[in-house]
Amino acid sequence: MPSDVSFVRKDFVEPSPPPAREAGAVKWIRENLFSGWVNSILTLLSIYFIYQLVTGAWPWFANGVWNTSNLAECRAALAGETGACFSVIQDRWSQMLFGISYPSEGYWRPTLAFVLLFVCAAPVLFSKLPRQLLIASALYPFLAYWLIWGGTIMISIMALVGFVVGYYVFTSVEKARGFAPGFFAGIIAALVTWWLGGFVSSAMVGFIALPEVASRDMGGFMLNMILGTICVSLSLPLGIVLALGRQSDMPIIKGICVIFIEFVRGVPLITLLFVANVVLAYFFPPGTSLDLILRVIIMITMFSAAYIAEVIRGGLAALPRGQYEAADSLGLDYAQATRLIIMPQALKISIPGIVNVAVGLFKDTTLVSVISMFDLVGAIRGPIASSTDWTGIYWEVFGFAALLFFIICYGISQYSQWLERQLATDHR
Amino acid sequence: MSTISDPGSDAAIGGERFRLGMLLSDTRYRSYTFQFIALVLLILGVSYLVSNLVQNLNELGLNISWAFLAEPAGYDINQRPIEYDSQSSHGRAAIVGAINTLIVAFLACVSATIFGIIAGVLRLSNNWIVARLMSVYVEAFRNVPVLIWILIIFLAMSNAFPQPRAFRGETPDAEMWLGMFAFTNRGVYIPSFINGPGSGLFWLICLASLIGVFVYRWYAKKLLFEKGQLLPMGWPSLVILLVPGILAFFALGQPVGLESPELRGFNFQGGIHLRLSLLALWFALAIYTGAFIAENVRAGIQAISKGQTEAAGALGLRPGRIMNLVVLPQALRVIIPPLISQYLNITKNSSLAIAVGYMDITGTLGGITLNQTGRAIESILLLMLFYLIVSLSISAIMNVYNNSVKLKER
Repeated sequence: MPSDVSFVRKDFVEPSPPPAREAGAVKWIRENLFSGWVNSILTLLSIYFIYQLVTGAWPWFANGVWNTSNLAECRAALAGETGACFSVIQDRWSQMLFGISYPSEGYWRPTLAFVLLFVCAAPVLFSKLPRQLLIASALYPFLAYWLIWGGTIMISIMALVGFVVGYYVFTSVEKARGFAPGFFAGIIAALVTWWLGGFVSSAMVGFIALPEVASRDMGGFMLNMILGTICVSLSLPLGIVLALGRQSDMPIIKGICVIFIEFVRGVPLITLLFVANVVLAYFFPPGTSLDLILRVIIMITMFSAAYIAEVIRGGLAALPRGQYEAADSLGLDYAQATRLIIMPQALKISIPGIVNVAVGLFKDTTLVSVISMFDLVGAIRGPIASSTDWTGIYWEVFGFAALLFFIICYGISQYSQWLERQLATDHR
Repeated sequence: MSTISDPGSDAAIGGERFRLGMLLSDTRYRSYTFQFIALVLLILGVSYLVSNLVQNLNELGLNISWAFLAEPAGYDINQRPIEYDSQSSHGRAAIVGAINTLIVAFLACVSATIFGIIAGVLRLSNNWIVARLMSVYVEAFRNVPVLIWILIIFLAMSNAFPQPRAFRGETPDAEMWLGMFAFTNRGVYIPSFINGPGSGLFWLICLASLIGVFVYRWYAKKLLFEKGQLLPMGWPSLVILLVPGILAFFALGQPVGLESPELRGFNFQGGIHLRLSLLALWFALAIYTGAFIAENVRAGIQAISKGQTEAAGALGLRPGRIMNLVVLPQALRVIIPPLISQYLNITKNSSLAIAVGYMDITGTLGGITLNQTGRAIESILLLMLFYLIVSLSISAIMNVYNNSVKLKER
């Protein structure tokens, strides 16, 4: 077809590349670091700060001395240069990790318990793993007790048997008579089993026995881990009960729970530890002597239960009213509705809060050093700082302690964020 | 089941006559049973504990008595906000400790808020390097126990600062900062005010001009809302704040002066002495809690939907005003409740003073007094009562504030 148009382009012009300052790294730097004079100043300040930090810390770190047996030798080895004496960690790692008096030939026991903690916690933490593995998680507390405290394995087995018996009695009675009778029957059955089991385990002292370690010999980071895990796991059920009690319609039960929660949340953990240290013994029958570690566990559990209760109460309050009403209209009673409808949802909402409490509690276990228990901080301030070899050293040891806590706490909070994303079933 | 025959009769409301068995089987009465059982168990438990206590105390020949509070304490407290010496009573020592607790808690709350807001806002900044740096700060401080931070900061300060004698001699190893601040390993010495004659009037004028600023701002706001007339805010506030004070300062013949600390003998004299224990505790609590507040601030700002910012922009507001008038007032509602609990945490964590030897109430009443008198139960009870009162008052005050900024719904 003839056309009066003299020239028609057949294809598009190739787009010319963007100006150099609007592409690649230059653009990114212009937009992110120097987008205005305020930003430029902030960037330069940050770079200066990082430079100072790195040039200050690097020689200290790089010149670190790893194999001397006391501070004077280390200073001599450094010969006036800036450098860290990491040899204190190499020299005293056992005290920092296991305390002063845990028998050194038994170090494999808490280490194994620590490793198994991750193995057995995995099925609880990651729902993709096969559900049969949960049995391992259920067995873990008994195994860990036997590993760390030693003695005959029969103690752990009998404790486990008590729980199993209690659970079976509970399920069978619950089917026939309802939740409350089943609950009490289960508790009584468990108590009876434990009472009987006491005879069995005392008769079989030597049966698959590890050397016993007394509670007062626990120390170091191990003590922090023990207190953290035990108190968090114990305070979770207690916190649920307290939260339900606080939400209850019964004024007396609600009052008891409110007073308990508000009292515990109003006082610092240190005062509760003082109670554990000097006052709690007065409240037990004359002649009973509870371990300090046990008294501390009682108080820390009470402490964290109050905080967990508040978190769970938040979860309960966040549930839409319709969930409660729907459960009622299905004809579920209180126990069924709570167990099947309310708690699964409320706990899901509260997971981030519970993890926060758990991390906070784990960090707060260092406070036991104030009542002269030799946990990680206590071991550093006591035997290490006061020894003639290492007196006056602090950055290396406290840095090590901070690193241990950071790894665990950061790991937990990362897990919690991951879990939040997994559980987010709502529409976004 | 009875049929509903006669509305209003007992049978219709109650269904059937009350029987004893219904205490267990009927949900209407069962709650009374439960509460009764709970109450009985509670009373039994408490009386068991109390009887154990009484028995234990009898066996040890102890009793509960508050007389020790009036006895002379016999120990010294290095930071005395009120008059105190070793002949003062244990009760007075406890009061000194309580004031010291409140001092460090107040200082730490104010600085933690500042740290937290700066870090929280900067963490949302577009500036990549600043945002990363703030993330590192927040994560590093949130994930390490505060006790470790307190100890590290205390030890670092006492090792990094020179001894007072380093300031002496012709060519001293250390110099005072601006000639007024001395950083030593015994503490930091800062200048203090000397009040001459007429200083009372001067301070009164300063206070009045401070109030004047608020009155002016309130008036300007009222004018804006009622007549739509916009008065300048910045420079008149500054003038009201500074000019009367400066005029009065010279008119009254410079009644207020600064006293700088001076090295006399082995130590600094004059000025205000801030002990390292106070500084370390203050700084550690502030920077640790600041990391938590930064997260609250960030969450609060992120909770405001982008539509709010865009709508404000569509109305023609400038970015500064969008932040001040639209985003922050709404973010504040989200930020304040967790902020209250951070303030409570600071107050409670200030009891860690005992680790660095700062004489707060845990150090005096719960520490030395307890060990000297052996009155464990009484001391700890008082200690808990103090913290409980402080916690409840802080949450009461902050709740009043929270209610004033809360979203007013129908």
